[in-house]
Amino acid sequence: MRKIFSLIILIILALGVYICISEIPFGKPGTAVGNYYIEKGIEETGAVNIVTSIVLNYRGFDTLGEVTILFLASLGLGAILATVQNKTRGVITPPSLILTTACRFLFPFILMFGAYIFLHGHLTPGGGFQGGAIIASGFLLRYLGCPQKRIRQSSFVAIESLGGIAFIIIGLLGFTAGGFFLFNFLPKGVANTLLSAGIIPLIYIAIGLKVGAEMAGIIDTLIEES
Amino acid sequence: MDFLNNYIFYIGAFGLIFIGLYILLTRKNLIKLIIGLSIVDTGVNLLIICMGYLKNGTAPIFSRKGLNPETMVDPTPQALVLTSIVIGVAVLAMALSLAIRLYQHYGTLDMRKIKEQKW
Repeated sequence: MRKIFSLIILIILALGVYICISEIPFGKPGTAVGNYYIEKGIEETGAVNIVTSIVLNYRGFDTLGEVTILFLASLGLGAILATVQNKTRGVITPPSLILTTACRFLFPFILMFGAYIFLHGHLTPGGGFQGGAIIASGFLLRYLGCPQKRIRQSSFVAIESLGGIAFIIIGLLGFTAGGFFLFNFLPKGVANTLLSAGIIPLIYIAIGLKVGAEMAGIIDTLIEES
Repeated sequence: MDFLNNYIFYIGAFGLIFIGLYILLTRKNLIKLIIGLSIVDTGVNLLIICMGYLKNGTAPIFSRKGLNPETMVDPTPQALVLTSIVIGVAVLAMALSLAIRLYQHYGTLDMRKIKEQKW
């Protein structure tokens, strides 16, 4: 009964959506805003990856809010789960020799790949959030492969705080140098080189460290509960 | 075939959204509800990306000389989806932590049984 009602509601919704969507042209040239970013992006920000120049330059303040949301999520996770008193850890099945060895071997390379992704955020697809997620996946592998070795959560918190503070300090330096928050005060350099685009690589390094530490902290909290 | 050619991306995106909504409406297990929420999230992201699609377009990155700016896809939706994905992770983490606490308190993940004890 419930399933039939749900299906009827969804079919009505789908019809409404179809009536709205069928009028919109698909696959046609983009909006004026998108064209402006593509045409002026390189000369105004110095980053060849236009998505990065939008995320960190045109909408940099928005990204600060995004980073804050992730921080609040990790804080809320800690607040909800930290009140549990009896931390009875379940029986851990020890991982096999292959998994342990592979984890020890692969962990530094995963960290290096994550760092590469967020250092080259203004040149190639990728950036701070993606690189941070890769670093956190390395920590997840470590938690699965070597569960005896715990990493202290205070180090995650320290790196997370340093990343957030670095972002805000770079923004405030722009405020003193150019008159508004997150002003690109460093020289833009030659496009398509590593040391270009002014403050964008610096902010992405801060975001990459922060997101990596935050996600690893979330994984750590959730694994401790299981 | 013309219809499929024009709207296959929208069909995929809304298909994911409706599958997720169906899970949200019919299932009772909390973990399954969270999976449904995540599927809806993915569908919405795909829908926003579709809005900026250009036939035979390239990625909006000037990685070498000679790339035509006219054939690049719209970069604005991609930047917005980056925000949306991060918020999706935050929502998923919060929902999972609440599910863990509910299970510790009630000893079940079934929504109906939790409601019986509450009301």
